[in-house]
Amino acid sequence: MSDFAKIIKKRKREDLIFNIIGISCTLVGIVTLGALIVDLLIDGLPRLDWQFFTSYPSRFPDKAGILSAWVGTLLVMLVTAVTAVPLGVAAGIYLEEYAPKNWLTSLIEINIANLAGVPSIIYGLMALGLLVYQLHLGQSILTGGITLSFLILPIVIVATREALRTIPQGIREAALALGSTNWQVVRYHLLPYSTGGILTGVIIALSRAIGETAPLVTIGALTFIAFLPPSPIQNQPPYVSFDWLWSPFSVLPIQMFNWVSRPDREFAVNAAGAGLALITVTLTLNAAAIYIRYRMRKKITW
Amino acid sequence: MYSFSQNQIETVGFEPKAKIKAEVKNLNFYYGKNKVLKDINLSFAENKVTAIIGPSGCGKSTLLRCMNRIHDLYPDIRYEGEIILYPSGINIVSPEVDPLEMRMRIGMVFQKPTAFPKSIFENIAFGLRLQGERRKNVIEEKVEQALRMAFLWDEVKDRLHKSAYNLSGGQQQRLCIARVLATTPEILLFDEPTSALDPVATAKIEELITFLKEKVTIIIVTHNMQQAARISDYTAFMYLGELIEFNTTKKIFQNPSKKLTEDYITGNFG
Amino acid sequence: MHQRIIDKYLSDLEAKLLQMGTEVENLLKKAIRSLIEIDENLAKEAIEMDKAVDEMELEIDRFCIEVLALHQPAAHDLRFVISIAKITPILERIADHATSIAEATIKISQHPTVKSYVKIPLIAEKACQMLKESLEAIISEDSEVARRIIKQDKEIDEDYKETFDRLLEMMIEDTSTTAVAAQLLFVAKHLERIGDYIKDICELTVYMKEAVFIKHHSESSE
Repeated sequence: MSDFAKIIKKRKREDLIFNIIGISCTLVGIVTLGALIVDLLIDGLPRLDWQFFTSYPSRFPDKAGILSAWVGTLLVMLVTAVTAVPLGVAAGIYLEEYAPKNWLTSLIEINIANLAGVPSIIYGLMALGLLVYQLHLGQSILTGGITLSFLILPIVIVATREALRTIPQGIREAALALGSTNWQVVRYHLLPYSTGGILTGVIIALSRAIGETAPLVTIGALTFIAFLPPSPIQNQPPYVSFDWLWSPFSVLPIQMFNWVSRPDREFAVNAAGAGLALITVTLTLNAAAIYIRYRMRKKITW
Repeated sequence: MYSFSQNQIETVGFEPKAKIKAEVKNLNFYYGKNKVLKDINLSFAENKVTAIIGPSGCGKSTLLRCMNRIHDLYPDIRYEGEIILYPSGINIVSPEVDPLEMRMRIGMVFQKPTAFPKSIFENIAFGLRLQGERRKNVIEEKVEQALRMAFLWDEVKDRLHKSAYNLSGGQQQRLCIARVLATTPEILLFDEPTSALDPVATAKIEELITFLKEKVTIIIVTHNMQQAARISDYTAFMYLGELIEFNTTKKIFQNPSKKLTEDYITGNFG
Repeated sequence: MHQRIIDKYLSDLEAKLLQMGTEVENLLKKAIRSLIEIDENLAKEAIEMDKAVDEMELEIDRFCIEVLALHQPAAHDLRFVISIAKITPILERIADHATSIAEATIKISQHPTVKSYVKIPLIAEKACQMLKESLEAIISEDSEVARRIIKQDKEIDEDYKETFDRLLEMMIEDTSTTAVAAQLLFVAKHLERIGDYIKDICELTVYMKEAVFIKHHSESSE
């Protein structure tokens, strides 16, 4: 065998070895996730029925349901989204398009990145002190929503900035060269083109928030709640009520935690069922994000 | 039919009847502490094509971008001197002059075709709406006019509301030109408009420029000397931020006065 | 085919060449007529025309350089411009020779006439015809006609030899004809040179069309 052939054979062997190692590592992750889901399915699937979704928690495992929990999750997510999205997107736009490139801006950028790494329970503590005690917003859906929105704000800001960065500088220059102001460029060009990316980022941020337990426990979310918040729709003027914002609440992860910590084994099955519901929602949200990203990519490729 | 001239001494500078559209007077330009343009004195003839050529880093794009104040989008820049726009007499680089107004009156076409990811119609309508035009029929008329002037109407008239990104690179560049033409600019600035295009698309754009110059004053920066020779009436040669030579294209490419110019044109640089 | 930027310049160039060629043709015809009719005034008119021809040559020269410098012609366009740049000096020399014929006419008019011009009128007729056809061949880029004209030059060369011998005889037989016959010798030589120049023009026409140089071949290739 010639010299070249020997060397090449050795290098190809190394290549193959790494290929195999890489596949194995990947498989570890996939297999683990698969095992988790299968386990959840086996335990929880039989428990999922109409009664489960429409009953309040109870001392009796077979009568217990997740009604108040999923309604709570839904309403809290609503508040989170309504708060975090405008704040995060506007901040992202300002930082990316308006802020001058000086040390102050760099300082702000570094701190936002740091915020993403702060343990979520710290947010809970801060919310407890600020929102519950100082501002007297109570241990309510409003407080819970705002707390979670602080938590995911850095994610939304970063997602917005990333989405804006994919727009080539040439588009901005071309629009500005026609005589636009910065706002006109943002409103008529940058926002429309980055909507897909921002939406994807928001969905991923929300699917993270949906599973957060610690901060909500800290601000006083209930673990056993047998009533629903007041309905937003009334049948007397003014037909819309915001009373539900001030209502106490629970959420799915807290409900799961509560059930799992009970000695009765049958509650564990309930927990599995709730977990299955939760993970389905999360996976659906992620799938929606992927689909949106796919559609956006088809429409606009830079 | 043809008049045969006497032996003439070549005229230096402008033909006697040329009107000036813009005049650069003692222009210095700074990026932070760097003096990027050094004492530039130059005039642009009305309804003619003036080409600015020179090696990389000579400042030709920088000079072009002073004309529509697009440097103002970036921090730490400073203008010294004047660029007078005729017939209004406005100094383009004066701090009292609004850069946005300058950009509406002086249009720019960039190197990479930057069509917006909207429909062809919307691409052109955007500039019109910026100028405050709201009437739908006026916009439609001006869009068609602009597309005709840019030699693009026949190719896109039946897909005006489809995405501009379905067009080829050369067509997109012509769309960018139409977009600027719709706002009836006083001067058209081209920053290496065909560098990113193949020869056929390039030839179309060169023909377009030759056609447009009768309607609007054109300044084109190009690193393709042969392009400058083909389409420009006047050529300015810059090097390291200075204007080395400025004359009719005929003179520059047949018998330049400065050795530096000759070296650049004959490829003897570096 | 759509109109390129360079097309206007190429057709301008062609028009200028045609105009110069026509002028040279007229000059030649006038000079020969002045010789045959021994008309001094006609000869002076012919000599005047030479100035315009010289200016046209300069103008076309300048224009060719401009087109090369500014428009980078390639392939056929390049051969076209180069050929025209080489043809115009040849036309100018033809005009010079025709002018010399007119000058000879003036000298001849001061002496008694001779009874025969031998083959000079015939050669002149052929030369004029060849010039006309070669100009048409440039415009229509007809290399076949060009090749035919090249062959025709041989006839002129032979006619010239015959004329030369006859004129010599004439001078020896009758010394009173010497002054005129000497001038006629020059005229015949000028016409022979004109024939050669027309051949050169046709060789350039073949180059323009076919991109082959057939210069310096004793026989044009078939």
